[in-house]
This record gives sequence, structure tokens and C-alpha cells, in this order.
Amino acid sequence: MTAKPRLTHEHARRLLGQMMRIRVFEERCAELYTQQKIRGFLHLYIGEEANAVGIMEALAPHDSVVATYRDHGHALARGVAMGPAMAEMYGKAGGSSRGRGGSMHIFDRPTRFYGGNAIVGGGLPLAVGLALAEKMAKRPGIAVCLFGEGAVAEGEFHESLNLAALWKLPVLFVCENNLYAMGSAVERTESETDIHLKAAAYRLNSRRVDGMDVVAVEAATRGAVEHIRGGGGPVFLECMTYRFRAHSMFDAQLYRDKAEVERWKERDPIKRFQTWALSAGLLRGADVAALSAAAVAEVDAAVAFAEASPWEPLSDLEKYVLMDEVPV
Amino acid sequence: MSTAPRKTTYREAAREAIREAMLRDPRVFLMGEDVGRYGGCYAVSKGLLQEFGEERIRDTPLSESAFVGAGIGAALGGMRPIVEVMSVNFSLLALDQIVNNAATIPHMSGGQFAVPLVMRMPTGSGRQVAAQHSHSLEGWYAHIPGLKIVAPATLEDVRGMLWTALEDPNPVLIFEHVQLYNMEGELSPAAGPVPIAGAAIRRPGRDLSIITYGGSLPKCLAAAEALATDGIEAEVIDLRSLRPLDDATIMASVARTRRVLIVDEGWRSGGLSAEISARIVEQAFYELDAPPARLCGVEVPIPYPKHLEDASVPQAESIRLAARALVRPA
Repeated sequence: MTAKPRLTHEHARRLLGQMMRIRVFEERCAELYTQQKIRGFLHLYIGEEANAVGIMEALAPHDSVVATYRDHGHALARGVAMGPAMAEMYGKAGGSSRGRGGSMHIFDRPTRFYGGNAIVGGGLPLAVGLALAEKMAKRPGIAVCLFGEGAVAEGEFHESLNLAALWKLPVLFVCENNLYAMGSAVERTESETDIHLKAAAYRLNSRRVDGMDVVAVEAATRGAVEHIRGGGGPVFLECMTYRFRAHSMFDAQLYRDKAEVERWKERDPIKRFQTWALSAGLLRGADVAALSAAAVAEVDAAVAFAEASPWEPLSDLEKYVLMDEVPV
Repeated sequence: MSTAPRKTTYREAAREAIREAMLRDPRVFLMGEDVGRYGGCYAVSKGLLQEFGEERIRDTPLSESAFVGAGIGAALGGMRPIVEVMSVNFSLLALDQIVNNAATIPHMSGGQFAVPLVMRMPTGSGRQVAAQHSHSLEGWYAHIPGLKIVAPATLEDVRGMLWTALEDPNPVLIFEHVQLYNMEGELSPAAGPVPIAGAAIRRPGRDLSIITYGGSLPKCLAAAEALATDGIEAEVIDLRSLRPLDDATIMASVARTRRVLIVDEGWRSGGLSAEISARIVEQAFYELDAPPARLCGVEVPIPYPKHLEDASVPQAESIRLAARALVRPA
């Protein structure tokens, strides 16, 4: 499952384009936050884009995705429309969750995107259940669960891995190990810092991946998905990555050296892939310029969509607390 | 098949409800600790593994958070899970999933997803199993918007509420009081689904309203019979649903009797009885001839010895005395 796919021009364009649109979207979100258009918590994924893009590239529409509160990249790469994603940041009625969730809680039925879950570790049992439903209903989908290495300290991580392995459920667990649970370095919270070894202890097929290399992530995910769809049971990927920005907009980053951040920025997944694709002749300079312009244009349109979107009426405050029917 | 009522127990009626649901809907399955080979901690699911197989009668590891969360995920994925937790005390290990996921996802997703999950769990005291197996925390759950909380106290309700709960698009928590499992009675073979909303007047009366639910209902009915020999006619209301509460039935009863005693095995402070009392004061204050009275669990962790355990929660005799004091103050 380590073989790298032979990339076509179109494939390379898509990978770079997806990473760029996430990056531009989030840089704009940071600006909008300082303008107070976006409030609350805003957790940026900048630096980690190769993971979301590589993973989602390998999934099928009938698969389910459970993500964390750092979910913008996951949502956009999965195919959640950018206008509603931005309107969700604003808290507008046109948001993917009608503005009720905000940055941390993007949900999207058409792409089977089950949040945007902001209790660390809380998404793992959901993914196990979604996979159980697929298996019991004899449907072909798998459930993909993303979480950070901070979740590994939660009991729900261990319970969920055990249950998924015990029942051979079609789940792909992806730990995006960005080395810090908010301000706590992994060495300060884990007695075993090789996270994939914990999954192996539950007899999951488990491995570590370079999460700054979109092609490596996609290749690993394709291998994992093939294993799972073949009935081989759950797979665990530990993607080694790094967030370039603060944990949230309130974070003064007292817990890590600037030099460390700069060292990781040299491995920027977008620059790295772009440089490689150009040198390999897969992309031309004009492609890069066009993708960059397209990303900016899409984000501009998303901001316009969010600005124009109405607020939810106060009369709808209690709507959806209880549902009248199960949406189909 | 004979349609004559037949003798059964609360436990058997609960099992029959699960059987019926499994037969009617292939999306339904039962999952929990020892529900299969062991037959259920309180023997509710005994025999179901043999009838339906391991796929649909699913023994889980002791991982409340994972299997309750898996129930939520399976419900999101189109199944209709019945998740059994061995006791309400153990459900606290799954509180994150119940409160942060099941109760929030429909609203937080803007109505894109529903969580048609059913959970069943034993609650309450009376079996001398001490302070980590005997509490009545259903009132806590009734605090949470997004959940429906029901407490079947009769054979008809334990037989009929499950199917209705499974058809409901919202998470429904069913609390079965441990002292009810052995309750015997007659049930029509045609007994079927009953509404999960609304309170029921189990005994009409003119002198006071006794409002209760779950395991305290038989005690309140016994107290009412004893009061009748004393010339006091108590109306006994079985809440059935703890969230939402049936304000209309409560207020109409209070308007007739003008006195109310709330009986709840749960603790008094911040409890369900406080909520009911407050609603009565807000909505029916001028109908009352006396302040609402409450008889609740004594505020101790439930102790092991029988005499202390019995003294920790309302009993028929203490209910009788409280009711009498309300109607005929000394």
C-alpha cells in the first residue's frame, strides 16, 4: 500500500487546486476574523492541507466522513460547497448547518459529512456506528474518522479502536498528528509517542505517513480503502503534520519555538507539491497561476454569498431541537 | 390465537416489545453489555440471541461511550438501534455521546440529520446493590433539550412504548425501574404500541393529586388505596414522559383537587420534582389551597442495608402520611 499513484496532469491539477483553495479560504477567514465577521473559535488548518486533500481524493461519494473542529479543510476537500461553508463561518442561514454550528460544526448531508465535532475523541464512536450501519445494511460504504493526536489520550479512542477491530468494521481512522494538543506537546501527554503503535496493539492494520506529502497521503489512503473494502477490517493511518498557525485565534503560542515553526514551513505541502509537479513536468507555470486565480475567485464568491445570506429568523431558534421526521 | 388477557411480567412484556420490533423492522437491532449470551443483566433479552442471531443481538465490550456512540452513528446511518445500558449509573460513562452528540447533532447540523436512537436502561433502588447501581438519574436527562425521556410504569407501557420510541425521529431514553421487572399482571395478546407522550391518570380522585412515575407508581397507588379507607380520595398521575412534561394533564388535575404531592425517587435538590413544582406554581398558583408538597429520595448515595435503603426513597407508607398531612394538616 505504499506504491505512489502515477499522476496525470489532471490529477496533479486537482491535488494542487484543492490545497490552494483551502489555503486561500482560510487566509481569508483569518482576515474576516479580525474584521469580526467571523466570531467564536476559529481553528485554522494551514500547513495540514495535504492530509484532507490526499484522503478525500481516495474516497467514494457513498463513504461517510467524521471530522473535528478543525474542519474547514476536510469539508472543502470532501466537496462541501464553499459558499455555504463560508456562510457557516458567518453564522448565516445560508450556512451548511444554517449557521447554527459555525466554524467548528460544518455538517453536510449531500457529501455525507457528519461534522465538525468539537469534543476531542467524541467523533470516533460515531464513525464506528456509521461503519456498523454500512456493514449491517450490506452497503459498500466505509466511514472515515479524522482526529488529532490529542484524541489518543481519550478513552473513546481506545474503546472505538477495540470495537472496530473486534467487529471488523469498515472504518478508516486517520490521526492527524500535528504534535500539539492545543498547547501540549505530544511528549508531554503521551507515554508512547508513536501513535500508530497503539492502534497496532488493537490489531488494526496501522502505519505512519508523511502528512506533508499529498501524494503519500493519497497513496496510503487508497491502500487503506482497498484493504477495508476487501473486508480486511479497520485501518489506522498516523499522518505526521504540523499546523503553521496558532491553535485558535486566541493562542499566543508560548509553547513552541518560532524556529520550529519555520523549519516545518520549509515543508509546506503546497509549495512542496507545486515545486515537484513543475520540475516533473506535470504542471506548467500557467497551470499554477490559473489555479491560484481560480481559488481567489471562488473565495471571493463565497464571501459574497455569505455576506448576502440572511440571518436565521429568531422565530426559528428552537427549530430542529426535536425533529418531525428523519430526513432522507 | 386467544385474545383473552394472559398473565405476564414487566420483564416479559419488555422482551416481547423488543421481539416485535425486531420482527417488524429489519433495521432494528439490540446492542449492549451481556444482552446476548448472558441474556441481559435483568434477563430482559433472554432467548433473543437464539431467535435473532449475533448480528442483531449484539454483545458489546464494557465500553459505554463507544457502543452508545456507535448506536448514534448507526442511527445516523439509517439503522434503528436499541442500545441497552446495564444501569443508569453506567450510562454516565456515555454522557458525552448522549448529551454532546445525540442531543445536539440535529440542531447543530441545521436539521440535516436526525438521531432515531432508542436507549433502554434500568434505574432506581430496591435491590440492595448500593450507591453505584441504584440511583434515579432520569431527572438529570430530562434537563437536556433534544432528548425524549420516558418511564414506563405499567405492563401496557413497557410493551407499547418501545415501538413508538423507535418510530420517533429523536433520541428516546427509556428508563425501566428495577423493582418493576418482576411485576405481574395481565396483558392482552393484542397489546401493541402506545403513545410515548402524555401523562395518564391511573386513579381518579378529588382530594389531592399525587404526581409520580416509574417505580414509585405502584407505591403511590397502594398509598391511595390506604388513604381511601381514611376517606381521602387521591388522584394518581403517572407522568409516563419526563421530557416533555404533560403540563395540561397536571394543571387540569391540580385545578380539580387543589392539592398536589409530587413523589420522585430522585433527589430533591435541582430535581424533576422541583421542575414540576415550579410549573404548578407558575401555571396554577391560584388554583391551589396549599403549597405543592414533595416527597423525594433522601439526599444520600443509596446505602446497601435494606432498612437504610428503604428509608432513602419514598415508600407507600411515607407517601400516605405525606398525602394525609397535605389534606388534613395537624
